[in-house]
Amino acid sequence: MTIDQFLLMKNEILLIAIAVIVLIIDLMTDNKKILFPVMIILFIFTTVIGFIYQTDGELFGGMYRSTPLINMMKNILNTGVLIILLQSAGWLINKAENHENIGGFCFILISSLAGMCFMISSGDFLMFYLGLELATIPIAALVAYEKMKFLSAEAGTKFILSAVLSSGILLYGISILYGTNGSILFKDLNNSVEITNLQALAFIFILSGIAFKISLVPFHLWTADVYEGAPVNITSFLSSISKAASVFILLILLFTVFINFSEIWNELLVYLSILTMTIGNLFAIRQQNLKRFLAFSSIAQAGFIPLGFIGGTSLGASTVLYFLLIYVFSNLGAFGVVSVVTSATGKESMNDYNGFYKTNRGLSIVMMLSLFSLAGIPPVAGFFSKFFLFTIAAKQGYYFLLFIAVINATISLYYYLLVVKAMFINENEQPIEKITSDVYAKLGLAICVLGIVFTGLFGIIFDYINTLSKGI
Amino acid sequence: MLIPLLIIPTITIFLILVCRSHKQVKVVSAAGMALQLIYSIYVLIEYLNLRSLGNIEEMLFVQSYQWFESFNIYFTVGLDGISASLAVLTAIVTFSGVLATWGLEYRVKEFFISLIVLSTGVYGFFISLDLFTMFMFYELAVIPMYLLIGIWGSGKKEYSAMKLTLMLMGASAVLLVGIIGLYANSGSGDNLTYNILELAKLNLPLDVQKFLFPLIFVGFGVLGALFPLHTWSPDGHSSAPTAVSMLHAGVLMKMGGYGCLRVAMYLLPEAANELGWIFIVLTTISVVYGAFGAIVQKDLKYINAYSSVSHCGLVLFAILMSNKISLNGSVIQMISHGLMTALFFALIGMIYERTHTRDINLMGGLMKTIPFLSVSYMIAGFASLGLPGLSGFVAEMTIFVGAFQYSDTFHRTATIIACASIVITAVYILRVVGKLLLGPVENKDYLTFRDAFWNERAVAVILIIAIAGIGIAPLWLSDMITNSLNPIILKLRSF
Repeated sequence: MTIDQFLLMKNEILLIAIAVIVLIIDLMTDNKKILFPVMIILFIFTTVIGFIYQTDGELFGGMYRSTPLINMMKNILNTGVLIILLQSAGWLINKAENHENIGGFCFILISSLAGMCFMISSGDFLMFYLGLELATIPIAALVAYEKMKFLSAEAGTKFILSAVLSSGILLYGISILYGTNGSILFKDLNNSVEITNLQALAFIFILSGIAFKISLVPFHLWTADVYEGAPVNITSFLSSISKAASVFILLILLFTVFINFSEIWNELLVYLSILTMTIGNLFAIRQQNLKRFLAFSSIAQAGFIPLGFIGGTSLGASTVLYFLLIYVFSNLGAFGVVSVVTSATGKESMNDYNGFYKTNRGLSIVMMLSLFSLAGIPPVAGFFSKFFLFTIAAKQGYYFLLFIAVINATISLYYYLLVVKAMFINENEQPIEKITSDVYAKLGLAICVLGIVFTGLFGIIFDYINTLSKGI
Repeated sequence: MLIPLLIIPTITIFLILVCRSHKQVKVVSAAGMALQLIYSIYVLIEYLNLRSLGNIEEMLFVQSYQWFESFNIYFTVGLDGISASLAVLTAIVTFSGVLATWGLEYRVKEFFISLIVLSTGVYGFFISLDLFTMFMFYELAVIPMYLLIGIWGSGKKEYSAMKLTLMLMGASAVLLVGIIGLYANSGSGDNLTYNILELAKLNLPLDVQKFLFPLIFVGFGVLGALFPLHTWSPDGHSSAPTAVSMLHAGVLMKMGGYGCLRVAMYLLPEAANELGWIFIVLTTISVVYGAFGAIVQKDLKYINAYSSVSHCGLVLFAILMSNKISLNGSVIQMISHGLMTALFFALIGMIYERTHTRDINLMGGLMKTIPFLSVSYMIAGFASLGLPGLSGFVAEMTIFVGAFQYSDTFHRTATIIACASIVITAVYILRVVGKLLLGPVENKDYLTFRDAFWNERAVAVILIIAIAGIGIAPLWLSDMITNSLNPIILKLRSF
């Protein structure tokens, strides 16, 4: 193995290095204050390297693949995790009970990200499964991070149980696939997979396993409780990064291994999409807790993603990537504001946000932009990504699906406006007092806002992603 | 040539952001919008110059920039007589809207930013030649409405704001399906396009047209207060602050008419011929229903909101009649109604600031106390009921002459019913004028009122000059519009 080949894994290697360094510093010093800035600098370095240094190749006989498209996916994840780390600074540093565990928190989060990177780089099902588990299991620990809180502990248990169940189903699917084809390498499967009853069953199992992670309806039942119980930053991690990574691997699997199944998954995804959008929306309308509200809205958002898969075109793939890139920015923007407010005041209910604009102008505007982006209002980026997803569906002639989708987009606008209304219009005797967020949180929110505003307006970003996904 | 129409408001917004006092914000907004008005008149003059030099291209000043290569989306702007006149209308109404809000003291910066974002959306909409950007600007114009009504409105503002936003966004969702449908059917492989001029060259199959036409017509029609989807309009208008009512009734509702004409009729002419009758029935109901609605209302703003439903219904009615004269009338009606309704809402705002009520039964004799505003109100009223010499007469006359060109029973009946609205309009306008302006002074406090301030005078004078100008010399306008209508007529008549 030459150094060039080794560097194909540069992202994973760097991540693991950071994780180890964090652990070492954590053990060596008592002053936890240095830990965080060091880690952030290292992480920014990794993220930037990811954008600059492009790799293309295979390792371990095709078990590990790296293409420009996969690099792009990793970059999206890296950026997202960077934002989350910045946003969790206030919660970690200022709270005494978390302060001791900064090292642990960062270590687990970064390992999970490394797992995701291995997962989307995988060239066979073994690597895929290992990556998936590495991505999932550490997160259970973080969900139950506030172990003294009943809800958090409960959420951790729920999460690990449902994650294990979904992994089991997935593994069953993989084993059937191996049994019928005699290989788990994507390259081999690509040619040998065909529509037989057994293999269709295997496909359904694998799809359900991944749908669990994306929390598509009807595999979403764990989502609301876990999202509510987990600390805000973990919720934002689960609802954006974890979801995005699962969508990426689903994209790769559908477009490579299961491309012969496209008739089956086209139909299946249409139904999943309709169910997810509608049910996610209907639940989101009634939520009063802002975290739970964002959780359900993120289920509804996930329902739009399958629109891009329909037809199996590379343009569709790039639209999905683009949608997720923007979704990560918008969702993290919204969660970032909630995180800042929660860690400063502990308030999470929508009524607490009444009159928020009066005292916290900047935060309200960030929140409004993020919500508008989620709702798909121009000129912020969400409009473009949704529009393109709709275009993909219409190009394949799925007008019925398109109708359901646009109706759902309108419904979702209603509840996003409810939050805007609370912040800007509703009167409140005692609004949340002025919050001065720390520099990390500000930086995190600034990245989100830049992403929300400019990713859409610069069409060149989409075209760049599209050139990458030609070689999927 | 056209890009500054979008850049001037954007720069104005940035300048407002750095302003320190309320006064500065107002001055900057007014200056920016005045510049915009001057520039759009300059564009209009340049346009007329080029035309008089014999330039017969369909669109002038076309500029095109690639935006999303993968979807073949361009940022394309261009101008013909219809959009040029509507852009000037927008500039006039926005400028007078800014002047009419001079007394605002609550969240001034935010108000003017939202207002200017809204007007940017409208300019962008009128000059777009690409359905993607057109749709984008449409939504951009609708969403600030929510904040403008919700924060600065009056009455049941939250309900109205939500109702208006959701109905218009719902309509835009339907429209979106139509637009994407057009795109998906505009070619094969990678040659799909959103460009209106290229789409107009296609001959889409009839069944595709029949599927898309209702979507697009309803999508835009809701903004033009198409019965029975007009219900957002009375609530929205009555709750909105003065400048927003002016812009909304004056300009935003015209986007509906313009969209129906430019997209639904122009790009889907065959379906328009086949399915037009359904919408003729609906718009006829709009016209008469709106007028009757205005008769029974007591609130000044509601009266004008319903009268807007009626007049905008007339715009759509004339568009559906689809001959040269009626289409011409529809565009003149858009402009005329835009001006006079802006004047109406501005005056209502000014009167309300003095009397603190909009109930016409509680007021009376205003002519004695605030003669300037009263006379302006009367002029707006006369324009609305179609008095010769003012713009309303030209518009309605042209529309009905056009509509009478058809001799079959269906069109005749619809035309006669719609014509009846003129009489009903006269009833409610004269009733309001009689109750509000004439008669004895109801309340002693009214004697202490001050007549119009400088900014109020300016608003009224600008709008009245425009209304009377069109009324007295309509020919240059109708010539300009007729020339631009030719391609549309050609498409409509080819079936």
